[in-house]
Amino acid sequence: MQRIKETLTHWLQSGQVDRVLGWKEGDMPGLREPAFFENAEELKSLCYDAFCGPNLSKFLIAAGEKDGVTAVVLKPCDSYSLNELIRENRVQRDRVKILAVPCEGNIDPRVFENRGVLSVSIEGDQLHLTTLYGEENEPLARCFLERCTVCRGGRHAVYDELLCPEAEETPQKGDRFEAVRELEEKSEEERYAFWQETFSRCIRCNACRNACPACNCRECVFDGAALDSRQKAAAVPFEESLFHIVRAYHVTGRCTDCGECSRVCPSHIPLHLLNRKMILDINTLYGPYQAGDSDKGRSPLTDYTPDDCEPNQGKGA
Amino acid sequence: MPVKESFTPKIVAFCCNWCSYAGADLAGSSRLSYPADVKIIRVPCSCRVNPMFLLRAFQKGADGVILCGCHPGDCHYSTGNYYARRRMTLLFSMLSYLGIEKERTRVEWVSAAEGARFASVMNDFVGTVQKLGPCRRLEDVRCKE
Ligand code: SF4
Ligand code: SF4
Repeated sequence: MQRIKETLTHWLQSGQVDRVLGWKEGDMPGLREPAFFENAEELKSLCYDAFCGPNLSKFLIAAGEKDGVTAVVLKPCDSYSLNELIRENRVQRDRVKILAVPCEGNIDPRVFENRGVLSVSIEGDQLHLTTLYGEENEPLARCFLERCTVCRGGRHAVYDELLCPEAEETPQKGDRFEAVRELEEKSEEERYAFWQETFSRCIRCNACRNACPACNCRECVFDGAALDSRQKAAAVPFEESLFHIVRAYHVTGRCTDCGECSRVCPSHIPLHLLNRKMILDINTLYGPYQAGDSDKGRSPLTDYTPDDCEPNQGKGA
Repeated sequence: MPVKESFTPKIVAFCCNWCSYAGADLAGSSRLSYPADVKIIRVPCSCRVNPMFLLRAFQKGADGVILCGCHPGDCHYSTGNYYARRRMTLLFSMLSYLGIEKERTRVEWVSAAEGARFASVMNDFVGTVQKLGPCRRLEDVRCKE
């Protein structure tokens, strides 16, 4: 933490960067929010800990409208999102300076949701909660975000300075496609019932879209009047399906699996199950591909080979 | 679901201007028959078809949607159908993952000279969808009469 602040203060004071994008304490206990810092004084309120869930990459699109260089603090998975934005020319590489920080997993705020928490802290292997009703503990191992339980490892896809080079070697955990395969195994009826039940919980708050670094169109089809699909709770099941199909399809091949959509969904909809299905299909049909791995090249949907498989025989679930 | 004898599926066929639409034309002028409930929508190229087109067709009451384009390698714009092929592969796979019957969507390549093939593709697709019955999983009840 100290080294993060020192490095960033140095960058600011030496004029290498004009502002810093990081996190500060949020309004509620255990939450951190993205923030811009313009000088060393403001930088004092920067924080970095296991509660810093928000992926900062997307804010660099807005920062690009301002002059100068923006410094940004990136966790490993966030760096893939930024690299993908650079590949898509949404962020100019020379307008950002990246401080790569190691990550040991983010705490899932759902663990202390609706419990009247006054403060949250990590103590040893426990998550310690002070609530309206007294002191409580949760085993830390059970408090991580889903995405962190299947972490792809500590490597940063892009950076200017590595805070902790040895953490880059942190290996991958678990199999992130396991739940997708389980769902594929089920019958068509079961899958249909599962998704209808899931989608019916969607309140169309659009948080998944707003948080997603890949969802960055200037004009989103879901904001246009033409479709009558502006932000509103779905009137019929078709509208739910439409929103989710189009959202997932639009990030196909560009989704880095950063997990922001599932993290922010207030209805706990497992959006990653849909995104990862598309990633798994791409990997099996067109060869392994990780969006954000490189800032060059074509994404699978803007590429082809003459002997691609036919749609009707595609590995239809 | 018991299928009533009288059910005739509504099919929307997106046909590329250069091959499949001409193929449909040839089928017509050769007096080959295919069901009248196949509604053809002419598009400049198979890759003009946005996934939203298919979803909207289902919303408005289609029971099956088929996309026809030039055979791979024969695209009027050289590569359009290659892109369409990947897009539809992934879209169909997603729909099936969501539990929507995969027999309701199809892609076929039909050239301008293949009038007979056009008719047989349509007859076959209509037959398949007929067995499935009306599309319920992607319908919008507000759009039904
Ligand atoms: S779809 Fe979800 S996991 Fe994928 S890039 Fe967007 S927020 Fe991240
Ligand atoms: S964040 Fe969740 S509830 Fe909100 S629109 Fe997305 S899926 Fe629906």
